[in-house]
Amino acid sequence: MSLLYTEEQKALIALVKDMAENEIKPYVQELDEKGECPGELFKWAFDMGLHMLEIPEEFGGTGLSYETTAMIFEELAKVDAGYAITFVTTFVALRNVILSGSPEQGKYFADIIGKGNFAAFALTEPNAGSDPAALRGTAVKDGDDYILNATKTFITNGEIAALFVGFFKTDVKAGHKGISAFIIDADAPGITIGQHENKMGLRLSNTTDVTFENVRVPASSMVGAEGSGFKLALNALNLSRAFVATLAVGIMQRALDESVKYAKERKQFGKPIIKFQMVQQMLADMAIKTEASRVLVNNTMRMMDNGSLVRKEGSITKTFVSDCAQEVTSNAVQIFGGYGYSKEYPVEKLMRDCKVFQIFEGANQIQRMTIANELDREYK
Amino acid sequence: MNIVVCVKQVPDTTEIKIDPIKNTLIRQGVPSIMNPFDKNALEEAIQLKEQYSGSVTVISMGPEQAKATLREALSMGADKAYLVTDRAFGGSDTYATSYILSKVIEKLGPFDVILGGKQAIDGDTGQTAPSIAEHLGIARLTHIRSMKIDGNKCVVEREIEEGIEIVEAKLPILCTATKETNKPRYATIKGKIDSLKADIENITLADLPNMDITKIGLKGSPTRVKSTFIPERKSSCEMLESVNPRETAKVLFGKLAEAKIL
Repeated sequence: MSLLYTEEQKALIALVKDMAENEIKPYVQELDEKGECPGELFKWAFDMGLHMLEIPEEFGGTGLSYETTAMIFEELAKVDAGYAITFVTTFVALRNVILSGSPEQGKYFADIIGKGNFAAFALTEPNAGSDPAALRGTAVKDGDDYILNATKTFITNGEIAALFVGFFKTDVKAGHKGISAFIIDADAPGITIGQHENKMGLRLSNTTDVTFENVRVPASSMVGAEGSGFKLALNALNLSRAFVATLAVGIMQRALDESVKYAKERKQFGKPIIKFQMVQQMLADMAIKTEASRVLVNNTMRMMDNGSLVRKEGSITKTFVSDCAQEVTSNAVQIFGGYGYSKEYPVEKLMRDCKVFQIFEGANQIQRMTIANELDREYK
Repeated sequence: MNIVVCVKQVPDTTEIKIDPIKNTLIRQGVPSIMNPFDKNALEEAIQLKEQYSGSVTVISMGPEQAKATLREALSMGADKAYLVTDRAFGGSDTYATSYILSKVIEKLGPFDVILGGKQAIDGDTGQTAPSIAEHLGIARLTHIRSMKIDGNKCVVEREIEEGIEIVEAKLPILCTATKETNKPRYATIKGKIDSLKADIENITLADLPNMDITKIGLKGSPTRVKSTFIPERKSSCEMLESVNPRETAKVLFGKLAEAKIL
């Protein structure tokens, strides 16, 4: 706990911790094994209003700052990051609408989520991951409508979303300047949900392919101007990238908590292993990386609350935190020894859960390119 | 329908330690919580409000910091909260406390339903809520499992040693809740934020003009605590060691028969 929390933040963190530990934690091991999360378990967070945190007050949401929202989701991620990301993903989609959409679109989005629904962000395609300009999905104007066709892949919340914010080429020849964004109802005819990915980690989170086949949407569902989709997605992704790092901090804190507890209990050579210098060094390094990551995330959240688009800082935060998380969770397994490698103990899951943070929201290699490009621009 | 819930701030006994010399509870540094049974009472009140409409008022007697418990009640869905606090109330036992609370309820009322927990986890007397009904001259039903309202009557299921008792009673009524009554809800994020900003009014002796001041505070309390102690544990454990389970069972059977358990 390295941050200075307000009384309100402390109270909200305590509330979410109470719910997550009592209602979610007892089921996590079994659900991780199964690779799913039933709707009744999500109900706890819906009842608490976690789906409304970032939705502005004018649209009926709680309108919390990014800073406080991140603290709440860090707490949830300590119990399960897959559960947490299911809610966070709604905001990944929402940010596009809030940053670039009309007030009517914001209200439409908020009303649907407010009924207790999830949203999804549909950008990635099989051949357009780090390179979104290579999208093949198309949106063709037809009278007052657009006809959408695309195969989207690795879509978080694919199967459970009520809304998609999807990206399609309105001009196939214009490269990234030909991409436009649309809000699409998940029950629109022509949408097919593919199989649920059998993932290494974040197994409570739903990930599917989503196919759009001649899906008709009104022109009014376009977010921002025609051809602005790429820029819009990058702006929203900058924020989201910094934001997902908060979940990695939650995973790291859990790894540290479990490791210290175990190192105090586990005795070898007649004393608890926390008394051995090499274990001490590992624990200290885990604490250093966890605390530093939390402070970095917090600083970036406060910049976002001040209106910054954190183009460089989002990448720095996500890259630093997700790299730290690999080491911290791997060392947690090391401290637990043979037991750490067993699914009976909670730490191997943390190692699996955190790997994807180096991959999604832009792979860390791409992030480093972004950071270097920003530096190149700054030092002109 | 107007409902009032009496809640108490108590030390979290799951975190409590005993002073090894004085044999008393160490309250310092122990977090305070809403008495868990009072939370069940509050949940019941909120459910009644949701079903029959009306409002839920929460009262608590205690020092200024008890407002944290009242805020928690507001965050769960109570409409109004009042802190009953005055130096003159200090040292009140269950008789004096229930008398003061009955006067507060008369002042804030009329109420159709008064709810409280079956007992507080610190004092464990279970006397305060039922005594309020005595002071008010109304019916009381303790240890309720469920409650339905039908006009000016209510039908309550009570837990008793032999099973479940179903009782019909006239309103107004005082009921006490247990862990079996319901599962208290979590506050919402919005409810929590609003509760931190809410104004909580104090009710002091000056606000209760009809009070008989010989019945309040330490002087008005008939109870005197002479001493508190932790009862000594006198039971001992004997381990039966044997390689043959059949033989061990025989020995165990003999010992249980000897102790007249079998």
